[in-house]
Amino acid sequence: MELTQLLKVIQFILGGTFVTIGVTLVALPLGFILGLVLAVIRVFGGKISSSIVSIYSAGMRGVPVIVLLFVLYFIIAGAINISPFWAGSISLGIVSSAYQMEILRGAVLSVGSGQMMAARAIGMTKIQAIQNIILPQALRLAIPPWSNEASIVLKDSSLVYALGVPEILRRSQFMSASTYRPFIAFAIAAAIYFVLVFLMNQLLCMLERRLSIPGLQQ
Amino acid sequence: MREWFAFFQSILPNFIQGAQVTLQLTFGGLLLGLIIGLPAAVLRVYGGKKLSWLAIAYIELFRGTPILVQLFVIYFGLPDLGITMSRMGAAVLAMGLNSGAYQAEYFRGAIQAVGGGQMMAARAIGMSRYTAIRHIILPQALRLVIPAWSNEPISLLKASSVAFLIAVPDLMTTAKAIVVKTYDPIGTYLAVAVVYLVLVYVLNIFLELAEKNLQIPGFKLEAQQR
Amino acid sequence: MKKTILEIENLSKTYGSSVVLKDISLKVNEGDTIVIIGPSGTGKSTLLRCVNLLTKIDGGKIFLDSEEITAPGVSEDNVRQHIGMVFQDFLLFNHLTAIDNVMIGQVKVLGKSPADAREKALQELERVGLKDKANHYPGQLSGGQKQRVAIARALAMDPRIMLFDEPTSALDPELIGEVLEVMKRLANDGMTMLVVTHEMGFAREVADRIIFMEHGLIQEEGSPNEMFYHPKHERTREFLWKITELYGKHEDQGSEKL
Repeated sequence: MELTQLLKVIQFILGGTFVTIGVTLVALPLGFILGLVLAVIRVFGGKISSSIVSIYSAGMRGVPVIVLLFVLYFIIAGAINISPFWAGSISLGIVSSAYQMEILRGAVLSVGSGQMMAARAIGMTKIQAIQNIILPQALRLAIPPWSNEASIVLKDSSLVYALGVPEILRRSQFMSASTYRPFIAFAIAAAIYFVLVFLMNQLLCMLERRLSIPGLQQ
Repeated sequence: MREWFAFFQSILPNFIQGAQVTLQLTFGGLLLGLIIGLPAAVLRVYGGKKLSWLAIAYIELFRGTPILVQLFVIYFGLPDLGITMSRMGAAVLAMGLNSGAYQAEYFRGAIQAVGGGQMMAARAIGMSRYTAIRHIILPQALRLVIPAWSNEPISLLKASSVAFLIAVPDLMTTAKAIVVKTYDPIGTYLAVAVVYLVLVYVLNIFLELAEKNLQIPGFKLEAQQR
Repeated sequence: MKKTILEIENLSKTYGSSVVLKDISLKVNEGDTIVIIGPSGTGKSTLLRCVNLLTKIDGGKIFLDSEEITAPGVSEDNVRQHIGMVFQDFLLFNHLTAIDNVMIGQVKVLGKSPADAREKALQELERVGLKDKANHYPGQLSGGQKQRVAIARALAMDPRIMLFDEPTSALDPELIGEVLEVMKRLANDGMTMLVVTHEMGFAREVADRIIFMEHGLIQEEGSPNEMFYHPKHERTREFLWKITELYGKHEDQGSEKL
């Protein structure tokens, strides 16, 4: 394959990057918000709601992502008329929320019950304590495992290939078919993902450094 | 709800074949991953600048890219380079290479947890590096790693589900075939989700039993996810 | 006639099958410094946590300024605004600077403006001798400094009574003095204090009354003079003097630091 053709192939596959990033940028925050709510219920809620969340989490994490993706996709797409991109991204977000819930839960638990006790001792309500004392510390503690989850969501975004969404992998398959050079096409896809994952990790590393609390061993 | 249960019962027999293939994929990949991952970890920790770089490159490559992409590179791409293989072969190879990278990190953590002190003590009585690794470090590392490593079979079982995209006749392929006949994607995929859930649950029980019988109480390493 | 700030009537608390507090009754008048001593595990910390309602009591009543705070329908959060608590492991809010720690209760719970809260916070930090560490994080402070910030945090809420739960037990020996010094000054300034501690020197010098607790009951109480030199029970004498041997006097060490 000559250079000009190669560059065109790369350019075409690269175009899928926007879709891939888009899927990740929808799924990750959705998973975070849902996961945060679920984590607070799991840790601070009553026995019944806490158990329900616990069972939900175990169920979601015991099933392969792509299976859940299909189930949720068909439910969402069947109910409202939205594109595979949105249905797929939202489904990924819902799946991720179970994993993020466990991460945030772990972080909240590591903050320690002493902090809650001290907050109540100066008259804060439970909610005030969670908002002003527990969560600010928990979110910082959560960054390393959360960065791991972020890479996972970025990599799992490739699964929306199966829904026909024109992300990186689907584009490279198109190139593979039209150039009859599958190895190059898919190797390019792998390279692009590798760079994306690397960049995301760097970004989150910087975030961790900027947010770290002086003197606190984490 | 009751209809779904009846439906579930009727398609259950179809899943048996698929489940077998899924389990073959899982354990094949796990074994291959072990064979690749353990040496990779040793290389990473003890390999010195040049060799450890090789291990790092492998580990970062296979942990930094999606398993689906790896699968496609192997199944569609390798023939392009002259290497042909069956669907099953390609799938097991992809699972194995992928799992190997994650297993390498588990083993690396365990080896480092055993600590430089043990190596120092071994060298102090005259052991060569190789002997020390083989008789002092690894025996301890392999016991330490068990709790964390036992996340890998389950992780792999779930990851194997992407193999249906290269038409390996596993659980998901079976599910897809059923959907074509029944026009009920939600019910069918829910059914296969339950099957996976059961497999994961049973696998978990086996692993917990093995863990109880094998491990030394002590340092616990954290689980990774793919 | 001194006002009664805190009154505890027949308090009892059970954890599972063990009765931690059997039948506790005591009164704390305004300006009093009451020191509670006794062997570990006899419920002294539990008692303090019952007073500020962090722990639910099983029997009895507690009155703050003659109002029953254990009555049904009473807002516990409101009650805790008026009771200051200093913990054994300081429990400063790790993500906030010293001054933010002292301010946050005032702003979020008392509803003060940040400017007013800051002014008061600086006052209290000065009172404990740490005004220059206002912008430091807990992770950057020594144990003694952390505990003093914790005291400032509690004081900033203008409590009716201050509870101290073994405030120096988690500190390195050299740092105990600075905290005891602050507590001594508080007592002299007229703060009503209920202190659980092993520091016998502090008890002897500062306490208006010493209470000896064991097996979930108050075994004996009296002035320091009575308790140390004319106790009614042999056990009291035995405990007080054994502890004095172990812990001795620490308050002198702290004075230069303030």
